[in-house]
Amino acid sequence: MTTATNTLAPVGAPDKRLPGDLAIWFFILAEMLAFAVFFSAYAFARARHVEEFNLYQQTLDRNLGALNTVLLITGSWFVVLAVQAAHHDNRPAISRYILLGWLCGAGFLVVKVFEYAAKFGAGISMSTNTFYMFYISLTFFHFMHVILGMVILAILWFQARKDVYGSHDAHGLESGAAYWHMVDLLWIVLFPLVYVMR
Amino acid sequence: MHALKNPAHRAWLILIIATGITWYLGEVSAAGTLAIVSMLAIAFVKGRLVILDFMELREAPRLWRALLEGWLILVSSLILLAYWISLR
Repeated sequence: MTTATNTLAPVGAPDKRLPGDLAIWFFILAEMLAFAVFFSAYAFARARHVEEFNLYQQTLDRNLGALNTVLLITGSWFVVLAVQAAHHDNRPAISRYILLGWLCGAGFLVVKVFEYAAKFGAGISMSTNTFYMFYISLTFFHFMHVILGMVILAILWFQARKDVYGSHDAHGLESGAAYWHMVDLLWIVLFPLVYVMR
Repeated sequence: MHALKNPAHRAWLILIIATGITWYLGEVSAAGTLAIVSMLAIAFVKGRLVILDFMELREAPRLWRALLEGWLILVSSLILLAYWISLR
């Protein structure tokens, strides 16, 4: 994995490298701070409406929430494998793993649409109560991030098909991958918080 | 177990098992201090695996690793505080 190390690096310097571009990490941090505010707002609003939150949380489909967690984790894993394939110059595997990651994202969206359809079909909306206001806005805000992540993966896939990535340069791929992992990381907090913790 | 030498494979396996545990805690309607602390601890371990093994920040400059792990600590602490208030 370190065969492509920069020969100009000072001897003895620790091989500490931030994957991808610095700019994407600032963007990721900003997004994560926005979600931190949302998560805290949910938790503190719940503290003032414990009974309401505990009651309506039971109407959420935990199975679909857990299934979506598995889809995002697996989608993230495929994209890690795409980055590893790039570092090993295993060109055909790069686009294949990106596509598998994208399909996991698509699966997430399909599951979420079914979940929303059941809720909206039951007449639930943002204005029903505080719990549903948080449930819909938090999950929908995250939903939009999954869509953006899939747009990024689609771009990475086209680039990979053009043989852009390899051990010489995987910066763009690593940047997009980092964003995709952030989408996964946010859901890992969101799922227990909104669906399970009581 | 050769496949588990790849940190990504290992992380994926632990993440899936941890998700199963959280789902199970929901199925048995686990509630209260112990349940909340367990679920937050599981989410913390999962988040850390994503940061270190998926985002590959384990070998990254210390600042970036600290910023993301710090986010996880901040979010977990705020949620814990809010739930502690709700349990009083």
